Amino acid sequence: MDFDLTADEKRFRDEVRAFLAEQLPSLEERKKIGPAFFPEWWRKIREKRWVGFDWPKECGGGGGTIMEQYVLKQEMLAARAPGLGRDYTGLGWVGPAIIQFGNDEQKARYLPDILDSKSAWCTGYSEPGVGSDLAALACRAVLDGNEYVVNGQKTWTSMAHTGTGLYCMVRTDPDVPKHDGISCLLIDLSSPGIEVRPIESFAGDHFAHLYNDVFFRDVRVPAANRVGEEGEGWEIICSALERERSGIAEVNRHHEALERLFKLAAQSRIAGRPALESAVLRRRLAAFDARIEAARLNGLRSLTRQVRDENTQSDSSINKLHNCNLLVEMAETGMELLGGASPYLGDTEASLYKGRWQIGALGWPTTVIGGGTPNVQKNIIAERMLGLPKD
Amino acid sequence: MNFGFTQEQEELRSQLRRFLDERAPMGEVRRISETEEGFCRALWKEMAELGFLGLTIPEALGGSGLAWVDLVVLLEETGRSLLPSPLLSHTLASAALIQAGNEAQQQQWLPRLADGSSIGTLAFLEDSDSLAAENIKLIGQPDGAGLRLAGQKRCVMDPEAADFFVVAFRRGEGERDLRLAIVEADAPGVSAQAFPMIDATKRMGNLELDDVHISEEAILSGSASGASDFERLLDAGALAAAAEMGGAVDEALRITVEYTKQRIQFDRPIGQYQGVKHPLAEMYVDAESFKSLVYYGAWCFDNRPDELPRYASLAKAYATEAFVRTGIDSIQLHGAMGFTTAQDIQLYFKRSKWARPIFGDAETHYERIVAMRGL
Ligand SMILES: Cc1cc2nc3c(=O)[nH]c(=O)nc-3n(C[C@H](O)[C@H](O)[C@H](O)COP(=O)(O)OP(=O)(O)OC[C@H]3O[C@@H](n4cnc5c(N)ncnc54)[C@H](O)[C@@H]3O)c2cc1C
Repeated sequence: MDFDLTADEKRFRDEVRAFLAEQLPSLEERKKIGPAFFPEWWRKIREKRWVGFDWPKECGGGGGTIMEQYVLKQEMLAARAPGLGRDYTGLGWVGPAIIQFGNDEQKARYLPDILDSKSAWCTGYSEPGVGSDLAALACRAVLDGNEYVVNGQKTWTSMAHTGTGLYCMVRTDPDVPKHDGISCLLIDLSSPGIEVRPIESFAGDHFAHLYNDVFFRDVRVPAANRVGEEGEGWEIICSALERERSGIAEVNRHHEALERLFKLAAQSRIAGRPALESAVLRRRLAAFDARIEAARLNGLRSLTRQVRDENTQSDSSINKLHNCNLLVEMAETGMELLGGASPYLGDTEASLYKGRWQIGALGWPTTVIGGGTPNVQKNIIAERMLGLPKD
Repeated sequence: MNFGFTQEQEELRSQLRRFLDERAPMGEVRRISETEEGFCRALWKEMAELGFLGLTIPEALGGSGLAWVDLVVLLEETGRSLLPSPLLSHTLASAALIQAGNEAQQQQWLPRLADGSSIGTLAFLEDSDSLAAENIKLIGQPDGAGLRLAGQKRCVMDPEAADFFVVAFRRGEGERDLRLAIVEADAPGVSAQAFPMIDATKRMGNLELDDVHISEEAILSGSASGASDFERLLDAGALAAAAEMGGAVDEALRITVEYTKQRIQFDRPIGQYQGVKHPLAEMYVDAESFKSLVYYGAWCFDNRPDELPRYASLAKAYATEAFVRTGIDSIQLHGAMGFTTAQDIQLYFKRSKWARPIFGDAETHYERIVAMRGL
């Protein structure tokens, strides 16, 4: 156990810091430059090979270690730099799926665009009839010559209206057990026969048009766009879910929220008395602190397990449960502290911190429901780590 | 950076587990806890011989000179097995001497602690509800070439087993700074009493100091200030207790999981029902989480002492909440069987009652975390 960076890690951290100090414009400057800032920034960090830093070098990545990747992300977050590349989904799991399961032609065709922030992949898992029980998915693909013909619907597809491609799970064989009949297709979102319709979430302006229904009517997809073998889709899904572990020790947003909560508490009153005189509130805030720190340290333990190739099967589930609880409870505590003005939306007297608490109190389902609900995470932990029978 | 135990630490853990499984299985734990002394001297001696009692004591003084992270492994394993022993007291008396003893004091006591021939414990608190230094009122009155102590210490662990007490006091009226001194159990005027406990595997009680004379040589010279030694030892106590709690929660969870796998109701193992498996998953999350805090806190003890207070508090607060909840839930998931003395799970439930207040309950530590922000 050693929480000090090794000499190599320190050298790398210093390199990142020096780069950020020199190359990252301040927030005001960024505002002045406008949207043109992003492509320029992504080009620069791409040159450093920090986009796809954890991908193997032969695939165009940086070949960074797990700990270096952690150091890089921490430094970027601390400097409030934008994310490492535009194609979050491509970098996070579509690229890695292609690296692991794809052929050379697919690698050459898709990976450079992901790294160069040219593509924007979306995830096509969920369907109207299929959420938690993902393996029951029904969207049908039938081989016709050297093309698949896709019919059916995906739902909740984040960013499908602005995305370039859909990483899509389809049923290619309805006659085998449900996990065995799934295949993975990479579908160009401009293909004829695709219709994207917005889903309106109740969370209002801040979440306006992010999610979509995607309809497929006789959409023709080259068979060459199938990643892996027919029937290998479930394996690809499992390996993609595993990848959620990479950001596991990042609790920066919780730290910031807790600092904001303490500030808000210092300005608020509960039942007419200064809020920070309330023992109940003090205890609640400190308990957030304990859980955030535990989540961070759990994450660091997981990174070490990843380095050592040890069992990490429930690490992201544990992390997710903490994230869900913290998000909901901290947002609700913020709302309580805002008191009578908390139901107002937007730029009003209550919108200390620009209505952030209201946003949090409305927007939590993005984290809590998206990507697997708490009940599903608890099942994973109980079954995989405690060996309890499947329900 | 790495946040995992080393190969050697894993080996220490397996060695301990084998030893405790063999020498202190649950039947033996129950038997020992019902004896007059409440621990087994032969077993204690064996632990000393295997080097378990000197982990953090310098090699030159009979120990192994290891770190607190190693000690955590020991405490987790004795916590897991509920071993009735003065180990926690011993750990903290050793820490007091390592940290605040001068050379002569260390020479006198540490080899005896390492080889198990002396047992020490802390005698700090006078108010069972407060760990605050300002509530230490015991005053050392000038008495010939030394001092005289008259008063009472409460919540003293293993009071009857101890051969010496590390007593916190003030050097004079109005003195702000605290001092620590070694008071031997057989000195005139010293008497100790253990009270009946919910958790029979633990002993705790009062120390009475009836005009006890102590020499200057018995006063630990301390680091910069006695109050900071006092505080650091309380932090060490919170951390050590939380480490024991980690082992105990893991085992309570394991026992309960096993029970729910084999207990059949409505034609299924009850562990298949989400009303059963979800609380178990939550216990697992909490156990892993507070253990992470304990491990980091233990690393801070040796490497980042300025972060120790915060992480000792975070760890003990979270551990306390988690253990209390685990205790209740694990009994409930055993059904009526959980209410019987026949089941071992009740021993873990009772341990959670001991663990709650020791070195500060959740409320105390959460409050301290907020106060550390100057609020
Ligand atoms: C903001 C947001 C963005 C999303 N983005 C995408 C995306 O880009 N691509 C994509 O494919 N999907 C996306 N999703 C969909 C998401 O993955 C699913 O919503 C999620 O997996 C849950 O499925 P469901 O909504 O159908 O809920 P259901 O599965 O219908 O669950 C409803 C309730 O039942 C509970 N439940 C279900 N099964 C069990 C069980 N076995 N035991 C106990 N309780 C159970 C759940 O916990 C939940 O509380 C997004 C969702 C949200 C909210």
